[in-house]
Amino acid sequence: MTATELSVEAVTLTAGTRHLVREVSLTARAGETIGLVGPNGSGKSSLLRAVYRVLRPDAGRVRVDGGDAWALPVRQLARTVAAVVQDSAADFDLAVREVVAMGRTPHKRFLAGDTPEDGDIVDSALLAVDAVQLADRPFDRLSGGERQRVLIARALAQQPALLVLDEPTNHLDIRHQLSVLDTLRRLPATVLLALHDLNLAAYYCDRLYVLHGGEIMASGPPAEVLTPRLLAEVYGVAAEVATHPRTGAPQVTFLPDG
Amino acid sequence: MSPAPVVRAGRTRSAATLLVLTVLLLVSVTAGLAIGSVRVPPGQVWGIVTHALGAGWQEPDWSRARETIVLDVRAPRVLLGAVTGAGLAVIGTALQALVRNPLAEPYLLGVSSGASLGAVSVIVFGVTLFGPVSLSVAAFVGALGALLLVYATARTGGRITSSRLVLSGVAVAAVLTAVLDLLLLTTDRGNEARAVLAWTLGGLGGVAWGMLWLPGLALLFGIGVLTAQARNLNLLLAGEEAATTMGLDVARFRARLFVVVSLVTGVLVAAAGPIGFVGLMMPHIVRLFVGGDHRRVLPTAALGGAVFLVWADIAARTVAAPTEIPVGVLTALCGGPFFLWLMRRDARRGTDRGVA
Repeated sequence: MTATELSVEAVTLTAGTRHLVREVSLTARAGETIGLVGPNGSGKSSLLRAVYRVLRPDAGRVRVDGGDAWALPVRQLARTVAAVVQDSAADFDLAVREVVAMGRTPHKRFLAGDTPEDGDIVDSALLAVDAVQLADRPFDRLSGGERQRVLIARALAQQPALLVLDEPTNHLDIRHQLSVLDTLRRLPATVLLALHDLNLAAYYCDRLYVLHGGEIMASGPPAEVLTPRLLAEVYGVAAEVATHPRTGAPQVTFLPDG
Repeated sequence: MSPAPVVRAGRTRSAATLLVLTVLLLVSVTAGLAIGSVRVPPGQVWGIVTHALGAGWQEPDWSRARETIVLDVRAPRVLLGAVTGAGLAVIGTALQALVRNPLAEPYLLGVSSGASLGAVSVIVFGVTLFGPVSLSVAAFVGALGALLLVYATARTGGRITSSRLVLSGVAVAAVLTAVLDLLLLTTDRGNEARAVLAWTLGGLGGVAWGMLWLPGLALLFGIGVLTAQARNLNLLLAGEEAATTMGLDVARFRARLFVVVSLVTGVLVAAAGPIGFVGLMMPHIVRLFVGGDHRRVLPTAALGGAVFLVWADIAARTVAAPTEIPVGVLTALCGGPFFLWLMRRDARRGTDRGVA
């Protein structure tokens, strides 16, 4: 598994006549962890969908490793880019291990069976998200947090050079939020993820992009981006930003009205 | 860490299930050949069959009449039952994945009605554009049209809910059936209309050897294509977006398999009439034994469907003998309650699985 560059160039996405995202540009250098933050409806998910090739840009380009992601066959792109999406359907009686093994599909030739190597890859993906003990369980009986970890394992089994995640910490308890983000950060792959929690984003991401109303309001290292002024403008809430004495990361505290 | 325990356990269970079902199918076919107005002992059935295959180990000690009953009357009927049951089960499995809904099957989705209407139009209007396979071609066109119509009306905003799917299936089936009835009532070919009416209830009677090759080919084609695509069918279970991120061109894949499914349904319906609920029940039953991986579900569902329909047909010709009940009536008797149970089970699980 290696890392790849991502560059989103002036991408515009629309739904009917409504703009979801307007001329957004974003880059991720190989191996970087890039956070996408912003309020609900700011266009985070739409932008991610353009990157993992579900929502076609009306204008602009998505380049993965220099090539146009939308010009490649779906299958070929899936060998480079994996995603954890929010729309995760329930399953027809698949065991957790079978769900994770799906991630091997883009690497398999027509009619090829599962090899021991595939088994090893699935095992280490399960290990990475602390889900080895879930391997035999039926996927549709898992809790929301357990499912989320399994879906992340599935993306890891795809061995992507670019991993795109839409709110991967949703449903997770705090211990698993930290361990999942830690795992993602230590991956050799380039990681692009949307996060709700600004403090987690500040701690785990190399750089942040702040989306608001479908446009980028700020970008850069967390300490430069997360300022009280920006947070007031984007979230409409007063906030204090301090540097945490132990972690050294910016720490946002929202202040109630008054 | 031990590698792949589940996969291996699944394979073992799946192999065991396949073995059991194969034995069951042999037993069922034997029963199908033995049971009827004239009872033939199973040993004699095997004697007749092996003798006909040129590998008889015993001298014929049976009458020519019995040989005719077993080989020319019952054998094609039993085989058509097995082929149709297997085909419907495989198609139900594929449809459930393709529309991502556990209640999908050709009969409920109006696909069988479309096929029936196509086939009946050929009979009523006497069109023979494609010679002897005209019926099957028309049934295929009807099946594909109905499937596309139901799919298009049930899908809103990229999603299909169970309720919309079943409702539009029922509505489309109702309209198509009404048109079919209208055709039959207004046609001046009265005798043919009566024959067709019996056929629309689904039945395996009156089958000759010469009618078997096309359903047989369709079944092999269907199983071949779907098994080759089993991995991709699995991906659809993860949701359309997720399937795309794992390398599946969902729209193209679905369009192609819709054609395959309609083709097989069309041929089967042309041969045996619309037989409902086999495609609904079999996939769910075999999933209880082998799990949800299509690489295992497809072959087991095929065998299960074959066994089921062979027995359903045995019941159809013996329960009310000498009157023969259309086999479609019997499968609906089993399948209707199964459908209700399935609906309630999914409601209890709190997941309308069509809604992602």
